[in-house]
Amino acid sequence: MKKDNILEVNNLKVSFKTHSGEVQAVRGVSFDLKKGETLAIVGESGSGKSVTTKALMGLLPQPHGFVKEGSILFDDKDITKMKDKNMQAIRGKEMAMIFQDPMTSLNPTMKVGTQIMEGLLKHQKLGKEEAKKKAIELMNLVQIPNPESRMKQYPHQFSGGMRQRVVIAMALACNPRILIADEPTTALDVTIQAQILELMKDIQKKVETSIIFITHDLGVVANVADRVAVMYAGKIVEIGTTDEVFYNPKHPYTWGLLGSMPTLESDEEELFAIPGTPPDLIAPPQGDAFAARNKFALEIDFVEQPPMFKVSDTHYAATWLLHENAPKVEPPESVKKRIESMDHSEGATR
Amino acid sequence: MSQEKLLEIKNLKQHFKLGRNNVVKAVDGLTFDIYKGETFGLVGESGCGKSTTGRSIIRLYNSTDGEVLFKGENVQGKKNKTELKKFNRQMQMIFQDPYSSLNPRMTVMDIIAEGIDIHGLAKNAEERKAKVYELLETVGLNKEHANRYPHEFSGGQRQRLGIARALAVDPEFIIADEPISALDVSIQAQVVNLMKQLQKEKGLTYLFIAHDLSMVKYISDRIGVMYFGKLVELADAEELYKNPVHPYTRSLLSAIPLPDPIYERNRKRIVYDPSQHDTSEEPEFREISPRHWVLCTSKEFEEYKKEKQNTVTN
Repeated sequence: MKKDNILEVNNLKVSFKTHSGEVQAVRGVSFDLKKGETLAIVGESGSGKSVTTKALMGLLPQPHGFVKEGSILFDDKDITKMKDKNMQAIRGKEMAMIFQDPMTSLNPTMKVGTQIMEGLLKHQKLGKEEAKKKAIELMNLVQIPNPESRMKQYPHQFSGGMRQRVVIAMALACNPRILIADEPTTALDVTIQAQILELMKDIQKKVETSIIFITHDLGVVANVADRVAVMYAGKIVEIGTTDEVFYNPKHPYTWGLLGSMPTLESDEEELFAIPGTPPDLIAPPQGDAFAARNKFALEIDFVEQPPMFKVSDTHYAATWLLHENAPKVEPPESVKKRIESMDHSEGATR
Repeated sequence: MSQEKLLEIKNLKQHFKLGRNNVVKAVDGLTFDIYKGETFGLVGESGCGKSTTGRSIIRLYNSTDGEVLFKGENVQGKKNKTELKKFNRQMQMIFQDPYSSLNPRMTVMDIIAEGIDIHGLAKNAEERKAKVYELLETVGLNKEHANRYPHEFSGGQRQRLGIARALAVDPEFIIADEPISALDVSIQAQVVNLMKQLQKEKGLTYLFIAHDLSMVKYISDRIGVMYFGKLVELADAEELYKNPVHPYTRSLLSAIPLPDPIYERNRKRIVYDPSQHDTSEEPEFREISPRHWVLCTSKEFEEYKKEKQNTVTN
């Protein structure tokens, strides 16, 4: 493992056995996570982003979900080959997860305080009094007012935003080195979403964890991420720093994602929509999985899968358009206009 | 601009009784007009009453008080069957969740033709079939889909079925209650494009209810912002985004994350504090500049107007 990497994923393949065949949900994903950074994984539902993180946490549904190939290195140990007992020492302690729906990820029959203390008692072997003190500290950290009285309440007495704060407090209980947030704000209103995102960024500065942030909202990505990986049909099609991916996108799928979100300034008559639907992952297409929906597709796209082409030291994209023999293709007008319209010269305000 | 009013909503109220001394005023005195051929966007946080408004207008709930005039005719209150039928043909709804709004035990053919059957719009089975095929084509599906069941379709396709069903009776007005929030980003754009194209072809009027402000801005001509059962601001879409006046609208706009990293890094969020208003006076809905309405007290009204003039002269 490289020195400043906390996690390395190499050629990870995850499949599910179903009645109609083997669903290849993740088809060879490689990335690394550096200390203290936030990596966002974006993609549509079914692109494999959640399955990837489930594999990281060792939470693939048994027995039909399994890691087919590849490795996940954490502390020089391969998580995929770990026994469940050893994994339990990592899960919740070194790596913690925030789930999408705060309505269902809390136990409705347990007091909130007890749920936050659970991890502390189990992993850190704290006494009850100590755990209680720490739980109050955590609730202060995630800015829940009156923690002493609120920890005696049940989840239904909390609003959606407050519940998500409880979930974040639970995840942070054991000072995890990696925090995986699976669409943590999708179920929340925009104003509450903004609060939770600010809170997560604050906490990250204080406790220096690395965050893997899964979302399909590119606005949220621009807000929280240092680096972005764009996933499509079980593969990473583009990865780079947030600025590189947003201001210099190379993959047609990224163009499509950016183009299909209206800007607040845009007046264009029609949104740049990606036609069609994602492919069936029981029998993925032979070539580039995006080719059928891609109006820039080359002949080779239907025959052979593109490798990752290097754009810069940190920016890679899997599209044949970057091959030296490929015709020069510019992003669609609407996407180009959008990037130009992001005027960040001094004094520009919106 | 002289525009024909298609729908006039006057002091609409929808209160739910949740036991003794506990009344939820989900919609509390809404008054606005919807013009023919426009898209009226209704935004607000969950629980602000925007969906209830849509459902009360189309009579899914019996409104507590107020009138809804459709082409000058009140559609609320007691109605007999023929009156209801006539009204039901003119107003249709597209629902949020394309999974629970289609009957899983009916074929696509029967789902779409249900309205046609009820209103007797097809003379025989041939014509009924032809109509359904045509509707499927209109929404970008094809006739092979007619004999399938809803579970065989993806979310985006199901929402297209929902649209085809709404279109089946040739309505003039469609209420779309968060029609895209359950869909993926790339599919959202497809459905929005389809809705826009249908509006152009058929001259439809939409009430578009959503919480995704950037999409609402894109599709709407005028936008109303709701907060706790009341409209707090109503203006043309451009105007509302360029010159929001009510502090709640400002805080809502400042919370939208944009796909622009540098902007996001420097974003300043405005927090709305309802206690900033003077509560000694009941706020009223007033027009601070042509076509731009804000809920405010008389003192705030003067301030807003002054602010407004300053921005115009600068």
